[in-house]
Amino acid sequence: MSVDTKTVARIAHLARLKVPEDRLDPLAGELNQLLAWVEQLGEVNTDNVPPLTSVVHARLPRRDDVVTDGDRQADVLANAPDAQNGFFAVPKVIE
Amino acid sequence: MSKLISGATGEWEVVIGLEVHAQVTSNSKLFSGAATEFGAEPNTQVSLVDAAMPGMLPVINAYCVEQAVRTGLALDAQINLYSIFDRKNYFYADLPQGYQISQYKQPVVGEGIITLDLKDGETKEVGIERLHLEQDAGKSMHDQHPTMTYVDLNRSGVALMEIVSKPDMRSSEEAGAYLKKLRTILRYIGTCDGNMEQGSMRADVNVSVRKPGGPLGTRCEIKNVNSVRFVQQAIEYEARRQIDVIEDGGKIVQETRLYDVAQGVTRSMRSKEEAHDYRYFPDPDLLPLELDPAWVDEIKAGLPELPDEKKNRLMRDFGLSVYDAGVMVSEPEIGVYFEEVAKGRDPKQASNWVTGSLFAALNAKGVSITESPVTAANLGKLIDLIADNTISGRIAKDVFEIMVETGGDPAAIVEEKGLKQITDTGFIEGIVDRIIAENPGQVAQYDGGANPKVIGWFVGQVMKQSQGKANPAQVNELLKKKLG
Amino acid sequence: MSELTDLTIAGALSGLDKGEFTSRELTQAYIAEVENGRALNAFTTETPDKALEMADAADAARRSGDAGPLNGIPLAIKDLFCTKGVLTTASSHILDGFKPPYESSVTANLWRDGAVMLGKVSLDEFAMGSSNETSFYGPVQNPWRTTDGKARVPGGSSGGSAAAVAARLAMGATGTDTGGSIRQPASFCGLAGIKPTYGRCSRWGIIAFASSLDQAGPITRNVEDAAIMLRSMAGYDPKDSTSINTPVPDYRKALTGDIRGLKIGIPQEYRMDGTPPDVLALWDRGIQWMKDAGAQIVDISLPHTKYALATYYIVAPAEASSNLARYDGVRYGLREQGGNLIEMYENTRGAGFGEEVQRRILIGTYVLSAGYYDAYYLKAQKVRTLIAQDFEQAFGRVDAILTPTAPCSAFSPGEKSDDPISMYLNDVFTVPASLAGIPGMSVPAGICGAGLPLGLQILGRPFEEETVLKVGHVIEQAAAFGARPRIWWKEAA
Ligand SMILES: [Mg+2]
Ligand SMILES: [Zn+2]
Repeated sequence: MSVDTKTVARIAHLARLKVPEDRLDPLAGELNQLLAWVEQLGEVNTDNVPPLTSVVHARLPRRDDVVTDGDRQADVLANAPDAQNGFFAVPKVIE
Repeated sequence: MSKLISGATGEWEVVIGLEVHAQVTSNSKLFSGAATEFGAEPNTQVSLVDAAMPGMLPVINAYCVEQAVRTGLALDAQINLYSIFDRKNYFYADLPQGYQISQYKQPVVGEGIITLDLKDGETKEVGIERLHLEQDAGKSMHDQHPTMTYVDLNRSGVALMEIVSKPDMRSSEEAGAYLKKLRTILRYIGTCDGNMEQGSMRADVNVSVRKPGGPLGTRCEIKNVNSVRFVQQAIEYEARRQIDVIEDGGKIVQETRLYDVAQGVTRSMRSKEEAHDYRYFPDPDLLPLELDPAWVDEIKAGLPELPDEKKNRLMRDFGLSVYDAGVMVSEPEIGVYFEEVAKGRDPKQASNWVTGSLFAALNAKGVSITESPVTAANLGKLIDLIADNTISGRIAKDVFEIMVETGGDPAAIVEEKGLKQITDTGFIEGIVDRIIAENPGQVAQYDGGANPKVIGWFVGQVMKQSQGKANPAQVNELLKKKLG
Repeated sequence: MSELTDLTIAGALSGLDKGEFTSRELTQAYIAEVENGRALNAFTTETPDKALEMADAADAARRSGDAGPLNGIPLAIKDLFCTKGVLTTASSHILDGFKPPYESSVTANLWRDGAVMLGKVSLDEFAMGSSNETSFYGPVQNPWRTTDGKARVPGGSSGGSAAAVAARLAMGATGTDTGGSIRQPASFCGLAGIKPTYGRCSRWGIIAFASSLDQAGPITRNVEDAAIMLRSMAGYDPKDSTSINTPVPDYRKALTGDIRGLKIGIPQEYRMDGTPPDVLALWDRGIQWMKDAGAQIVDISLPHTKYALATYYIVAPAEASSNLARYDGVRYGLREQGGNLIEMYENTRGAGFGEEVQRRILIGTYVLSAGYYDAYYLKAQKVRTLIAQDFEQAFGRVDAILTPTAPCSAFSPGEKSDDPISMYLNDVFTVPASLAGIPGMSVPAGICGAGLPLGLQILGRPFEEETVLKVGHVIEQAAAFGARPRIWWKEAA
């Protein structure tokens, strides 16, 4: 599998990273190098091996259905680059 | 009943599958302790987890799991004792984490069945593909500011059940019946309030068309339709659109569309279409969800009577018709009301009163059965007054009208207005004798029973003179005797 | 008062108890050292006022008999732990100005036990790195230099933590370890550092890098101090679904010095080609110390060791790509304007994340993307199962495992920056334990030819930190590692 600049651009967009045009080619090179390196996992026979889901061998803890949080609009908005009238504000989304 | 749609090249069959997002009835969110109530001030029902602050972690709400399992059991579905929460990754202003916690390959509930109630007592089974738990997103508002979108995270993290049907429906009516039946079931078991206006239930509608018996066509998904009527309209429009495209030599492109309520058309959502690649993977902040089979059994044992069971029982025990029984179970509150009225009384009478006068009155007032001015207890008493001959059926209608307006007790109304039925034979006999004496022409017409219809005229006269209070059975009997 | 900063945590606690000095005096001494040590660039935020306030509170608690187990001890906090009202950056531009309205569970535990916060210390951006060169706030210097005076990196990602403790700018520091980020900098700076079992310390309030691997732990000057700090940091937290509800022992009690009869595994696969002779020689010395102490040496095999790095460099970036999606300029941190929402996201994230973070987000996004998931992520998680099974089997035969911590001593700034893979190879001995979630500790055990510290790593069964600490303590005693970096940073100041 080889990554070309078009793929890098697509992945960068998927990850919402602005990558300058002139970085696409070097990045493709780096990604290919990395992918070639991890390709070694192909040597390992993993037939009938389940994927690891967690190293923790425990039952998923559950909460009771009670309201324990909220009513902290100021905390929620305190760090926002742009908060208006109790809302987060972002550039207009056209649907 | 033909479900096929005719086009220029012959008949077409529409194939429909529904993905319903149903908000789980719970106090707090799926993975945080913030409240779920509808209509709060913006960003007041938001925990730091819901706002995806750095380092915040999800902890699952046990009751939401229970609700999903309860729903699965009510849909006669397979409960998966081992399921996984995955992250569905995409960027959107109202998705603070940049991913939605959902279930992808291993959902908590597997295949099940819903039986649809169609016209004329017909039924149809529609398969359930799966049910999984996931988080709702926040809300974006585009009309509050000229250049900005406002984001409210109150809904962010609210628990949803996504219930996916198999592509088993073949008409908009069936899709409508599916939604109604699903909503009824959810409301019976109390896992979702089914309130489509408030967004507690939304449907994604998958539509394709094909020649009858042919291979499945390419489908389009109409997103987020929020009423049964719109779902049906959207299907009808979309099926016709697809047939036209194909018959004009075009091809259906698999895409996401939205239903424009104002125009009554579906429209492509190309903006949302770009590069869908959700990169699902198991959420490492959570462990697999393992259920104890005994706990599942306990929930099963605690399930209330489901609509289909109740319908069968009402038909069996009360002798209701398929149609009437269907009406009685369509909403849990109607069934409860009906059973209270019918208990120890003539079920046919009870059913007639509920589906007739009561529904008409509720409709006219625009209120639901829980807000009915006539309580089930009072309607029952009214039927009792007819049964013990205190009032006649005709007077009962008048009493009912007063009950609708005042919410009063029927016995008190009868008492107060002096509407009690007259059963004093002597008194009735007096009226009968007088009318016979005053109307020899009609007596001749009756001709000793040769023309039996005329007796109705006499009954009418007696009732009129007694202000409707004479016992009609006694009146009939006396007239027959006296007219020979 | 310079001798105050020479005390270990254990020594300081005893001095405080005896009333030889107050926490205020101790804290003032450290505040002065923090100021003198700015040439190291270890701190991203200094909080001297807060420190003195906390010290006074600790002194008051001690007077009223309410002294906690860490009462009055000045610590540095890795800037990956959210601290209420105090700038928290993950050493990233994208968290500009972020002051959390909450306190991480681990730091809250430390403050509960009376510890004092001197400030926040630097790290590789979002903990992604092994040299502390990727911090937005500039590289951190290792207090240690080669005999001939050459600068070295402190290791990473907890490089600020290790540099601060080694230079006596703090008595101890919190670290986090995802693939070796506590153990490797501890080794590079001549310190003790333990990554406990995954699930032992709460992750709540720690900025996530790779959720299935991240674990907090202490970096201290010796094993006893690590035991003291870990006891306060550890504990069940109902806010972290991967936290384990099991009691926290008094780890200090495990330091008996007695490892007679203990079986110590030596994994043959860790004897890798190209490992410098210094490192191998130290390992052999460690084996001899174990034998001398009466432990039994057992040769073991961890057959999938060579695949651990590749596995890690799929799993960790994949999780990171998702964990870092929340940094979008909407709710906190940096926002770079854009014509529409997508442009705003791309500009913010493009400008806010450094090169290494972007590289890992890209690789993580790629390995999870449609068509590649099975070949990369799923495959890696299957290999991870095998790696975890290797350890399970080994721990059926041995009580602990002894290995080198890193394949080299601290390297030069810039030495590995151009070649990500050579940088990644630095984690070769630490990553397998991270993938398996087992506890691991680095203990300073020797000095390499260039005059730099080298550590040995002890691995244990899940939740057997006591065994790990006990063995580490014996190595520490045997190694009698007394070396200290020459103080050059004060001249530079
Ligand atoms: Mg869907
Ligand atoms: Zn969904």
